[in-house]
Amino acid sequence: MSIDRRSFIKLLGASAGIGLAGVPMISVANEIMPKKGRRVVVIGGGYGGTIAAKYIRMSDPSIEVVLVEQNKDFVSCPFSNLVIAGLRDLKENTISYEKLTANHGIKLVHAEVTSIDVGAKKVVTSAGTISYDRAVLSPGISFRFDEIEGYDEKTTPEVIPHAWKAGPQTLLLRDQLRAMKDGGVVAMTVPQSPFRCPPGPYERISMIAHYLKHNKPNSKIVVWDANEKIASKEGLFKKGWAKHYGYDAKDASKGLIAYHSNSKIVKVDAKGKEIDNGVEALKADVINIIPPQKAGHIAFHAGVVGEDKKWCPVDQITFESKLAPGVHVIGDSCMAGPMPKSGYAANSQAKVCALNVVQLLNDKAPIDPSHVNVCYSYITDKEAVSVSAVYKVAEGKTISVPNSGGVSPDLSELEAVYAKGWIKNILTEMSS
Amino acid sequence: MRLKLIVALFAGGVAISSSAFAHEPSHTAMLSNTCNGCHGTDGASAGFNPTVGGTPQTYIIDQMKKFKSGERPSTIMGRLAKAYSDDEIAAIASYYSTHKYVLAKQETDPAKVARGKEIHKERCEKCHEDNGRSGDDGGTIAGQWKDYLKITFQEFREKKREMPKKMAAKIAGEGPLSDADIDALIDFYASQK
Ligand SMILES: Cc1cc2nc3c(=O)[nH]c(=O)nc-3n(C[C@H](O)[C@H](O)[C@H](O)COP(=O)(O)OP(=O)(O)OC[C@H]3O[C@@H](n4cnc5c(N)ncnc54)[C@H](O)[C@@H]3O)c2cc1C
Ligand code: HEC
Ligand code: HEC
Repeated sequence: MSIDRRSFIKLLGASAGIGLAGVPMISVANEIMPKKGRRVVVIGGGYGGTIAAKYIRMSDPSIEVVLVEQNKDFVSCPFSNLVIAGLRDLKENTISYEKLTANHGIKLVHAEVTSIDVGAKKVVTSAGTISYDRAVLSPGISFRFDEIEGYDEKTTPEVIPHAWKAGPQTLLLRDQLRAMKDGGVVAMTVPQSPFRCPPGPYERISMIAHYLKHNKPNSKIVVWDANEKIASKEGLFKKGWAKHYGYDAKDASKGLIAYHSNSKIVKVDAKGKEIDNGVEALKADVINIIPPQKAGHIAFHAGVVGEDKKWCPVDQITFESKLAPGVHVIGDSCMAGPMPKSGYAANSQAKVCALNVVQLLNDKAPIDPSHVNVCYSYITDKEAVSVSAVYKVAEGKTISVPNSGGVSPDLSELEAVYAKGWIKNILTEMSS
Repeated sequence: MRLKLIVALFAGGVAISSSAFAHEPSHTAMLSNTCNGCHGTDGASAGFNPTVGGTPQTYIIDQMKKFKSGERPSTIMGRLAKAYSDDEIAAIASYYSTHKYVLAKQETDPAKVARGKEIHKERCEKCHEDNGRSGDDGGTIAGQWKDYLKITFQEFREKKREMPKKMAAKIAGEGPLSDADIDALIDFYASQK
């Protein structure tokens, strides 16, 4: 249904591009801000988009930047696992766009982008079309709901939250845990890699266990992970779970966490609160299904998704799409070799992309990229761990710089302090 | 109200045009921008982590090398610093040192500030001049976040991070500083505007 509408608007956009003005409904695709000078349209005001918009303006203020974002405020997924555990207020994860746009002269349009007419260089939005010289796409993820039998895109998350896009979903999961009786069972499912934030599910397991330990100690969290092992920081998570939550890899009946690898959800019964992995069914009081993922919807409507029908192949130096010239894709939606789908990676990619978009618009050679990624995960309210890497490009491929980066040597109280420094700084970067 | 707005606009305009040159795309900018996710845009930290923007070039180079070799303890910088060559470190340091040093705005206790000032003048001003604002070798301590200073003092006092002999003498030598003295010093540096 919604796909029909989208492709209809895409058609309209395309026809506007080839000059069929005068069609009665063409007003839908009206140019809302006629372009004078050079313009970049950035789509998505999250971890990647805000930074791309800002760094383009910082690097060359003669380039006009239009940022298109569907929501009024942005709610951060990073640190939302702490909200679920009742350790943080969702407001602290929420940023607005006023200061960013005022400080850097970024034009903000609150609208949904429905397609991109690559030939005519126009972004089609729910508010009309916007012409560009280059477009930067950072729309995050969408979900492959269809891979779970019985999952209804609309109604299932209202009962079984994914909480993999922060906001009401985060609060729903938090409130379900609060409402659960002591002695209840929480079930969680982890999709096959790659997905947004490789350590995210395991941080969430830790945070839910922390909540249970202090509030409902007779309860249990049962995890079905589709992967053959914990997708990130495996040793540290297992160590932390054993230290704080009585986890025993050999005996799932012990402690607060029962973790099962190679266990992929295939079916859900939202009404009966039951999940199924093809071998057994599990009834639970609270269920958190993290669905398998793919690039944001708009990437599909813009024709930048690759052969795998999931993610977007891009040039590793400029982040220009391999499929749609003039459109750059960054953040979760893109494929950047070994870089994880993380907020810090999106931030780094945005800066690399911004500088090279400016270079290209000024007819200059692109500059070799340099990226950093660091992801912190809390094990308890006071101890955290991290994984880090520095990346560069060699022979067209993104690689992590040898003999650097890696994971924390142990659980660390200092890292739990400096992780707050990370979230404070990165959200401030995005909002000012 | 309107006047304020005009002033704000004007200030904004100046900031944009004067910083445009500093931010022109370059390999150095490429190497440095990516550190901003933790240290703040232009290295001006918004909380917890140290501000590196506007600190002395020699200090940044020195610290990056100490992180790299493990001589200075760290939670994260050691792992990251290993990825950069000496030339890259020098470029990053020159980039950050040209930015404006932004002192963190924090709440402080006036009594502690007064006590800290006394100790500072007596024992520290010689190397950390201008109330901790300058002194090439010792970095910039005025206006750093209290959380960072607290961790740093702890590392010095537990001998995890090495300090110059003369500084050690002032902190832990004869008449060693008490916890309350350190607390007072932290508030004093944090109070600098
Ligand atoms: C629980 C959890 C914990 C995490 N923790 C961390 C962490 O600690 N550290 C870390 O680095 N990363 C973490 N992440 C990952 C991080 O959230 C993502 O990698 C990051 O948000 C990706 O940035 P992005 O710009 O690609 O997408 P987003 O940040 O999601 O931004 C996309 C934006 O685009 C907008 N948008 C999408 N489509 C359209 C459209 N058609 N029209 C208009 N606007 C549109 C959306 O509204 C949104 O604002 C975590 C993720 C989760 C789920
Ligand atoms: C993940 C967050 C993070 C990233 C990314 C990061 N830093 Fe740091 N930085 C820290 C923290 C935290 C400290 C304190 C030491 C520690 O525990 O690692 C620090 C300390 C420093 C210091 C010492 C400051 C002082 O006053 O002594 C310098 C210099 C520095 N970083 C430079 C850099 C540079 C250059 C980069 C990019 C190559 C960088 N940092 C990237 C978090 C970060
Ligand atoms: C003899 C000169 C000297 C004296 C005196 C001295 N310092 Fe230092 N200080 C240094 C040097 C040099 C460093 C850098 C150490 C390093 O290389 O890691 C430093 C580093 C520091 C730092 C860490 C800065 C950062 O950004 O991480 C703090 C804090 C500090 N000094 C506080 C003090 C205080 C407080 C006193 C007085 C009690 C004092 N120092 C006295 C020379 C001095």
